[in-house]
Amino acid sequence: MAYFLQQLINGITLGATYGLIAIGYTMVYGIIGMINFAHGDIYMIGAFISLVGFMLLAAFGITSVPLAFFLVLVFAMFFTGVYGWTVERIAYRPLRRAPRLAPLISAIGVSIVLQNFVQLSQGARVKPLQPMVHGSFQVYNDGAFQVTISYLQIMIIALTMALMVAFTLVIRYTSLGRAQRAAAQDMTMASLLGVNVDRTISITFVIGAMLAAVAGLMVTLYYGVIDFYIGFIVGIKAFTAAVLGGIGSLPGAMLGGMLIGLIEAFWSGYFSIEYKDVAAFSILVFVLIFRPTGLLGRPEIEKV
Amino acid sequence: MTTPKPVLTVEHLTIRFGGLLAIDDLSFEARTGDITALIGPNGAGKTTAFNCITGFYKPDTGRMSFHHPSGETHLLERMDGFRIARAGVVRSFQNIRLFPAMSVAENLMVAQHVALQRASIFSIAGFLRLPSYLKAEREAHDKARYWLAQTGLENDADTLAGSLPYGSQRRLEIARAMCADPSLLCLDEPAAGLNPSESLALNALLKKIRDEHKISILLIEHDMSVVMQISDRIHVLEQGRLIASGTPDEIRANPDVIRAYLGVEDHDELAMVSGGQV
Repeated sequence: MAYFLQQLINGITLGATYGLIAIGYTMVYGIIGMINFAHGDIYMIGAFISLVGFMLLAAFGITSVPLAFFLVLVFAMFFTGVYGWTVERIAYRPLRRAPRLAPLISAIGVSIVLQNFVQLSQGARVKPLQPMVHGSFQVYNDGAFQVTISYLQIMIIALTMALMVAFTLVIRYTSLGRAQRAAAQDMTMASLLGVNVDRTISITFVIGAMLAAVAGLMVTLYYGVIDFYIGFIVGIKAFTAAVLGGIGSLPGAMLGGMLIGLIEAFWSGYFSIEYKDVAAFSILVFVLIFRPTGLLGRPEIEKV
Repeated sequence: MTTPKPVLTVEHLTIRFGGLLAIDDLSFEARTGDITALIGPNGAGKTTAFNCITGFYKPDTGRMSFHHPSGETHLLERMDGFRIARAGVVRSFQNIRLFPAMSVAENLMVAQHVALQRASIFSIAGFLRLPSYLKAEREAHDKARYWLAQTGLENDADTLAGSLPYGSQRRLEIARAMCADPSLLCLDEPAAGLNPSESLALNALLKKIRDEHKISILLIEHDMSVVMQISDRIHVLEQGRLIASGTPDEIRANPDVIRAYLGVEDHDELAMVSGGQV
């Protein structure tokens, strides 16, 4: 029971970060119908920018952890957002009217470019970051096993939840969100009503990149090590989460992220840690076989 | 008193698709405050002309000037689709293009995106719910409610647009176009598929838009009972060329039009096409 509870906490923490990244996949798919395979690398960029941010703050002698955390969060979201915007502008927008395969290939190209760019500029070695947030609550103790939740885990879960709620409100109730949903359904018609669709798509990429940057910052703090290759596997898993929840559906991405996180945590906790990726991807296979539209996805309606 | 400028002037519009000359040197005007109809047999180039005016296609040659009532002139062939819409030319489609997964009210709110976005200042004022934004939002809701009432959809505000019956979807398209605040409303076969009573209600609605809201309408229509009853001027296209222009009565008597429509010179048959009513 205690062990289960501990894995649950770990799984939710992991799932929160997957959920944040999955939102980027699902939003972009929703609006332009392409899988942005470079999104995982945008997350990696976010992690590196966070690391750079912490280094800069240390150089300036800012040691207050909450302040440093807040500044790095803003810094990472801003610059990762710039990356997101740039990628869309140079790699996807020129291909807007091209066949669907073209932006997909372009995305894979961007992914390779970003990985190699970071490898060249930051080096291929693993980058460590000193743990900054210490301490934890003891949630439960049955004598043999203590269940703890660290302050960092609480922070990750709380920040993720807050972002997801804020984001859902933006999509559902603001004029920007309405424009995004309208463009997702009929881009031409939205533009004929005065919606600047290109800008709406750019904003979508920027928001997705910002959420990925938050995930990158969290993971940097949580695991304490990053390298130029982390975007690949995490990106694929977040994509799996988006498909599991139903690609194009926002609550689906959040739910899918949670599920993938929990599956991984429980699988590594009860079976074997080596096979945790296999477990996650097996889920993808089963979902695609038995429920191709995902848990909360709607079947695509053919336009007549 | 000088005659007011036409709301739309199309000059020497030509567009070809490969070897097909879809529109050949088309020039016409839509007068401010008029309902202007474009008619012609299938394939005459009516919808293509619409697509050029609303920025969907870029014409090979020609000029399309849109004169906003405020006095500004916009050259439509040089503008992106969304800028044309913002300038005040809004269209509907022959095959209905609502946002089916959004509610009726939300469809009307999307059409007011420009005004709301301006009020929300990069979504910041919108997110913080500042009074200026709330005021803009309230006005947008009022406008949406007004047009729902005008189109008889006031009880369907929360229905998904895609699940409305066909006739209501047609009316919602007009309501949505009106919410986008046009000076020139372009309707591509608004009466297609409507039954006679719905079609009469449409006539009344379009007249009201013209007379009470002072909005010029450009209309493509096959239903001659609609065209003949509400149009102030009619332009007839055949194979991409303008073959006649005039009032409904002049068009009805024009031998070229009769030939284009029927391939025969028989007034009785044209009377049949025009629904036999004046």
